[in-house]
Amino acid sequence: MQPIIRMTNIEKHFGSVIALNGVTVDFFPGECHCLLGDNGAGKSTFIKTMSGVHKPTRGEICFEGKPMHFDDPREAIAAGIATVYQDLAMIPLMSVSRNFFMGNEPIKHRMGLPFFDHELANEVTMKEMRAMGINLRGPDQAVGTLSGGERQTVAIARAVYFGAKVLILDEPTSALGVRQTANVLATVDRVRKQGISVVFITHNVRHAMAVGDRFTVLNRGKTFGTATRGDVTPEELQDMMAGGQELATLEGSLGGTV
Amino acid sequence: MTDATNSDERIKEMSRLRRALIRPELGGMVGCVAVFTFFLLTASDSGMFSSTGVLNWSVVSAQFMIIAVGACLLMIAGEFDLSVGSMIGFAGMMIAIFGVTLGWPMWMAILVTFAICIALGALNGYIVVRTGLPSFIVTLATLFILRGFTIFIPQTLERKTIIGGITEAAEGDWLAAIFGGKVLKGFFAWLGDIGMISVFERGNKVGQPVVDGIPMLIIWALGLVIVGHIVLTRTRFGNWIFAAGGDAQAARYVGVPVERVKILMFMFTAFCATVFAVCQVMEFGSAGADRGLLKEFEAIIAVVIGGALLTGGYGSVIGAALGALIFGVVQQGLFFAGVESSLFRVFLGVILLLAVILNTYIRRLITGER
Repeated sequence: MQPIIRMTNIEKHFGSVIALNGVTVDFFPGECHCLLGDNGAGKSTFIKTMSGVHKPTRGEICFEGKPMHFDDPREAIAAGIATVYQDLAMIPLMSVSRNFFMGNEPIKHRMGLPFFDHELANEVTMKEMRAMGINLRGPDQAVGTLSGGERQTVAIARAVYFGAKVLILDEPTSALGVRQTANVLATVDRVRKQGISVVFITHNVRHAMAVGDRFTVLNRGKTFGTATRGDVTPEELQDMMAGGQELATLEGSLGGTV
Repeated sequence: MTDATNSDERIKEMSRLRRALIRPELGGMVGCVAVFTFFLLTASDSGMFSSTGVLNWSVVSAQFMIIAVGACLLMIAGEFDLSVGSMIGFAGMMIAIFGVTLGWPMWMAILVTFAICIALGALNGYIVVRTGLPSFIVTLATLFILRGFTIFIPQTLERKTIIGGITEAAEGDWLAAIFGGKVLKGFFAWLGDIGMISVFERGNKVGQPVVDGIPMLIIWALGLVIVGHIVLTRTRFGNWIFAAGGDAQAARYVGVPVERVKILMFMFTAFCATVFAVCQVMEFGSAGADRGLLKEFEAIIAVVIGGALLTGGYGSVIGAALGALIFGVVQQGLFFAGVESSLFRVFLGVILLLAVILNTYIRRLITGER
């Protein structure tokens, strides 16, 4: 099978700082690929390179087999690479349906003038939310009344509805409670089964192990290679993220709870 | 399935009650009812609700409405414009300079003034968007710069700060009539004939109705309110206005052109200020360097009374229009009721405070947080 995105030897320099130093990863349709790494490992820089926010200093991005150069996020979105950011996915004061169609508002014409098609927007929103297991009071319910996990789910449903082929989730579970995390992970699973390539960024090994098919660990701008589910233990991933020994000793003194 | 449908319906039932409570216009509606009740009880015999009285406070309210619509959309887009008052003075002065001092045809003076003022609005917006500075500071600077020029230019050219002669210069001008004229004159004459409204009994206007038509100012106000409301609630661009003010970064991530939306709203605010200015100079027949003083704050207060949040992302044009109506009715009503007019400012401060508190409460209801 051909990877939907192949990132080859990606380097990104910010002035004298080398944020990414030759990262190679490929992503397949229908898989959940977990990008793990501690803070400052280069996870965010890497996905921003994928989603068109940053241009790589060196290296090649192949999208569906062809080299791609995204000039800005809109091009990446148009190509089918959608990113859901942790706390910037939704606007709390706006209704779910207005949020869902934000930037992609459906249009109907009345007397030759373009109007926002609220009926269609409301209908689709209710349908998509039900499919994701969220029962709204109504499409005009404000997003602010949803929990953090539900907001992530709305953002994911939105990206999928608008034809995302690659869905990048930037630490979707880091601010969530146990039950909300479970809901988001279930959503990820559902999306993956639709044949979408999910890129799941996290520093929580347990969340990664719950849904991941393959795991890539970033450390100080480099990758330690990609492991397949079953070939790697959570402890090994944890060790790679922390860069080896230091955490091992720390974990010993904490009784292995980190 | 039956269960699910039933529970859905139950939840929906709840939301209707809640929805009625959390409309942004709620404060404005309650305020309007309260204000009209108060003046009907206290000032009904003062002529406030006669045809001339109604026209009086309608015109004042319409003035507030024109600038409130612009301020409202801009505030929902997440920005302020403190230069509205100065812009009114500046626009009026430009019309006088072009139309009277330079003797251009009035339609040309008006169009050039609109072009200059909208360009200045765009400049305001461009500086805010490019520097990322708070619009409060940027437009505060514009407030002083424009007011300074509004005094300096006529001083230099005419050695005075009030330029008259606009009525004569605008005589028979097609564009000036769109701002300074009156409509439905025939209808009002007929109302006078059948005795629905009173007619002059003495003087050179004997037999003519005391109110001889609806000023174009009111038509402009209603037109702007309706167009503003439709654009905000029923169009794609309206959704972008909410998004730009609600969370600019989140909006950018999904492809909303936030910068363009904000600059356009600054331009629209400038447009509204210019409409106000043109109507005013056509009515007064003169332009003064002190016109429009404090109007920016009055516009903002009307918008806040109308339920908009100062932090952006939430509000209603209809609410802002009701806020403007409250303003106009109270300002003129206190006059009719014979109350000392300085108390109007006390009223303003008090109602502003109440509106902000109510809005904060409503926001908590909507978002269910904090």
